[in-house]
Amino acid sequence: MMRKIQLGIRQLRYEALAFTRNPAAAFFTFIFPLFVFVILNQLFGDLVLQVEGGETNSATFYVPAIAALSVVNACYTGLAMSMTFSRDRGLLKRLRGTPLPVESFLIGRVLFMTLVAIVLVVIVTLFGAVFYDIAVPTDTLPALLITLGIGAATFSILGLAITSFIPNADAAPAVVNASILPLFFISDVFMRIDDYGPKWLLLVGDLFPVKHLSQALQTAFNPFETGTGFEFAHLGVIVLWGVVGAFVATYRFSWEPRL
Amino acid sequence: MYRIVYNEFMTSSNDRVIEIAGLYKSYGRLEAIRGIDFHVNRAEVFALLGPNGSGKTTTVEILEGHRNRDDGMVDVLGHDPAHPGPTFRERIGIVLQSTGVEPYLTVEETICQFRGFYPHPRPLEEVLEVVGLTDHRATRVRRLSGGQQRRLDVAVSLAGDPDLLFLDEPTTGFDPAARRLAWELVRNLRTLGKTIFLTTHYMEEAEQLADRLAILVEGKIVAVGTAGELMSRDHLSTIQFRQGLSTAVLIKDVTDEITLTDGVFSIHTTRPTETLAKITNQATQLGLELEGLTVTGATLEDIYLRLTDTEANKTRKGNG
Repeated sequence: MMRKIQLGIRQLRYEALAFTRNPAAAFFTFIFPLFVFVILNQLFGDLVLQVEGGETNSATFYVPAIAALSVVNACYTGLAMSMTFSRDRGLLKRLRGTPLPVESFLIGRVLFMTLVAIVLVVIVTLFGAVFYDIAVPTDTLPALLITLGIGAATFSILGLAITSFIPNADAAPAVVNASILPLFFISDVFMRIDDYGPKWLLLVGDLFPVKHLSQALQTAFNPFETGTGFEFAHLGVIVLWGVVGAFVATYRFSWEPRL
Repeated sequence: MYRIVYNEFMTSSNDRVIEIAGLYKSYGRLEAIRGIDFHVNRAEVFALLGPNGSGKTTTVEILEGHRNRDDGMVDVLGHDPAHPGPTFRERIGIVLQSTGVEPYLTVEETICQFRGFYPHPRPLEEVLEVVGLTDHRATRVRRLSGGQQRRLDVAVSLAGDPDLLFLDEPTTGFDPAARRLAWELVRNLRTLGKTIFLTTHYMEEAEQLADRLAILVEGKIVAVGTAGELMSRDHLSTIQFRQGLSTAVLIKDVTDEITLTDGVFSIHTTRPTETLAKITNQATQLGLELEGLTVTGATLEDIYLRLTDTEANKTRKGNG
């Protein structure tokens, strides 16, 4: 197992190297959540939000919301796209013909996407602290990190699972976006759905893991939070999705290019 | 620099690197491989030759462990590729039909990445030199030409210093100059003492490179041996002479296939001595001189076309 992890870390380095070789892609990966953050704050910035323990402003809502968006974008969208491209380019098949363990390859790629997600969360948090005066979590930091970790793991698994439903690389953006973008509207990411949505849309949002991630992160970022900041019910739903995704990915994933 | 890595299969299966018996594979109702047997000896270049769709890639992918078989015995380096031991993939190198490496890494980084997967990798400089990419080591993969990318594919498959190398249609789509370069490369690999298993639908490629070859048609092996053995197998020869005033009478007793092109009779026969005797006897009795008389042995191409033709026809009739 140690050797598999070592090889995985080694793969991570090559993932990062390849990523930095495409600066345009890297730049927009990191700037995109900030765009969304600033725009949403401009659109809904005057709101005063009731949260547990008091009242906050829109920026305090949007930092964890965009943190959730960042995790989903990097792990789910990013992984699904990159795995589909690697599959269709024959990279996965080629790696399967080498002694590199499958787990090591996945460790490398998933860890890389998780790192990207964490960097994005740090960027958004610092941006919010400097320009919007939001409170950076301290007491709830362990809860924040663990929530991010569970979110990254689950959405990575779901990213691998959805890859098995993507017929080819050309179809990847359409399939991935159609499966995730609508959820952002009903999962407390683009707006607080409780304030706007009809009841049935709230229920639909409850079924999927995005809303549970964003609500768990809301608690970790809540300046009035007095406890540890863990939302075990939300985390439970996220983990359940991860388990289902793992089954789908294990049984359906294909290493061969599909033509 | 050279290590002894043969212990395992020296004891298990003497000098045979690959052994296949009764291999069978179907995709739904399509029978891709219909019971084939052959073996590959150590340090030889073995070519599996056949037209498109004959089952070459299916066969090589079963040997590589990429595909499961339905029936039959397969032994590669003492392993069953369907249930490979931990060392199996360390000892084979695979060049697939399509390139599959990260486009944003350089040649050197790509080779180093793959070297890291193996316990005893081949030195970087040697790998670069064998495939002729030393001058392009710092070039990013996406900026390489098609031929250079193909050579990088070979480099990557050599990174682990394998005993056995699979090349699946290594020159398909190449122009003649690139093909010559690729052949040079395969000859280089042979000098390293590697066993090479290649598939191709170019008869000339098999003839140029292979020590032994097998011809696969519609999922069956129709011939196996050295090019020389195949060519002499049926004693297939062609007798040719120019058409003259009364030459038609000379061929009245000949039962072989005869064609007349540009005023030249061509008789394709598996009994050249007997046929030639019939013709020359007649000619002598009539006092005729045969202009431009030649007898030539079959080329591998003749054999290949004959085998692929008859076998394909037989199957088509058989299937109604």
